[in-house]
Amino acid sequence: MEDLILWSRAQFALTAIYHWLFVPLTLGLGVIIGIMETAYYRSGKEQWKQITKFWMKIFGINFAIGVATGIILEFQFGTNWSNYSWFVGDIFGAPLAIEGILAFFMESTFIAIMFFGWNKVSKGFHLASTWLTVFGASISALWILVANGWMQYPIGMTFNPDTVRNEMTDFWAVALSPIAINKFFHTVTSCWVVGSAACIGISSWFLLKNRHTEMAKKSIMIAAPFGIIGILLTIYTGDGSAYQVAQKQPMKLAAMEGLYQGTTKAPLVAVGILNPHEKVMNNEAKPLSFEIKIPYILSFLGYRDVNAFVPGINDLLKGGYPTQDGSTPLSAKQKMESGTLAVKALSEYKLAKRENNTYVQEKSLQTLKANYSNFGYGFIKDESQLVPNVALTFYAFRFMVIFGSAFLLLFSLLTYFNFKKISYERYRWLLYSGIIGIPVAYLVSQSGWIVAEVGRQPWVIQDLMPTFSAVSSLEASSVITTFVIFCVLFTVLLIAELSIMFKQIKKGF
Amino acid sequence: MNVLKKIFNFYYQGFRSMTLGKTLWLIILIKLFIMFAILKIFFFPNFLSSKADGENEKANYIISEMEKRTNK
Repeated sequence: MEDLILWSRAQFALTAIYHWLFVPLTLGLGVIIGIMETAYYRSGKEQWKQITKFWMKIFGINFAIGVATGIILEFQFGTNWSNYSWFVGDIFGAPLAIEGILAFFMESTFIAIMFFGWNKVSKGFHLASTWLTVFGASISALWILVANGWMQYPIGMTFNPDTVRNEMTDFWAVALSPIAINKFFHTVTSCWVVGSAACIGISSWFLLKNRHTEMAKKSIMIAAPFGIIGILLTIYTGDGSAYQVAQKQPMKLAAMEGLYQGTTKAPLVAVGILNPHEKVMNNEAKPLSFEIKIPYILSFLGYRDVNAFVPGINDLLKGGYPTQDGSTPLSAKQKMESGTLAVKALSEYKLAKRENNTYVQEKSLQTLKANYSNFGYGFIKDESQLVPNVALTFYAFRFMVIFGSAFLLLFSLLTYFNFKKISYERYRWLLYSGIIGIPVAYLVSQSGWIVAEVGRQPWVIQDLMPTFSAVSSLEASSVITTFVIFCVLFTVLLIAELSIMFKQIKKGF
Repeated sequence: MNVLKKIFNFYYQGFRSMTLGKTLWLIILIKLFIMFAILKIFFFPNFLSSKADGENEKANYIISEMEKRTNK
């Protein structure tokens, strides 16, 4: 079973990471193209049209190779995660259906005009099509993130014991979940940073090669300030994410900080090295062997109060720690007992229904309802299973924050140089930084997803379903086979994309 | 009818005048073929449908799977 879970998770992670190589550039570069074409529309200068068409080709290559890679994730839901797929019912299906319809009608209609429509439709209609393609792509992302947000914070549903499915009772609670909305803005604005980094990196390469310098500078002139807006909004929404995580997924926050023992006036670890010997419930070892802390910040970010108590991993397992609303959180063991009651009550309910025993049905239904919020804990065998991979979450979070913030510096310098009309070519290190920024931006973006998804383990649906109850009873060997097939397929497609893209970039504007 | 003809011509001429786009479409079609004609059919069947028929049976199968994995 452990092999099966490991490989199923690895396969999902591989596909999601591969899919996420394409999405940020589509969402980020799309807006940049929209701004460039708007400049063409307003100024009428052919140079802007040429610049727009060049970046549109890069956008097109990325879009073509990336299109439908997300569908593979849906294949996996039906095969590898069938228990999960059944259990979530229409809650996951509805947003994905909306996404599919929107993506098909908006993106596929307007993207055709975007590429085929030059000189065939009016300038205004073409510009509108470009913006609608970008808007459509972003709206598609919204529905995917609504589905993901629900997994992190399940609301707006009731559990139907007859069908063993969660049924949506409040569409707007699901669609406007604070986690989903914050996640959407954080994700989309971070994609703007990736788009800007790609545009700046490629333009820097042209400047270093002394080719198409005017157009490369004009591209940076758009991408750098747009990148500043992107990174500032990403930081702002990242703060919102931290706040939401503290309220809804405190274990993830504790893992992000390597925090085992909770404290009031909790500091934020700016830089740190985890002590590899630290274990759950071990009060002897020091969690961090090296650390630079910023006092009070974690309490403030998590609870908007510098004196607030931030629970650590051990507090969350032991329960009974002080909370903002004065409630007393249950311990992991209490939640496991409650979860066991819920799962057992569901079995009893089904049996009683078959035997037409209304008294037991009613009684078991009451027990199920009373304990349903801990349903997933009924599958937890050892409380250490409730702790995510602390090292991966901790380091991915730091990588995201530190290197993500570095983009603010890079974009600001480039904007300042442009504003002061300082030649970029004199500062080759800056141009090299721009090129290095492309892979770094992708790594930062992927790190964000690692924090979000590894940090919430073992939950597929927070508190309701862990990975080990969500996975299908498959042979691990069949999952390994498809994992290898995906590795080969993705590598070939990635090589195809990169070679086409590099060839197109070398051709120039 | 005239509008439909215009739309058809728009796409027809657009596809005909593609250069790089032809390569990209070829990649898209190969990818979709691999995904839907090979991967989906041979490697990613609907697992639950292979184990149970009908909604009620599927629900019972899910419960039996859950019972196997409880902590007791």
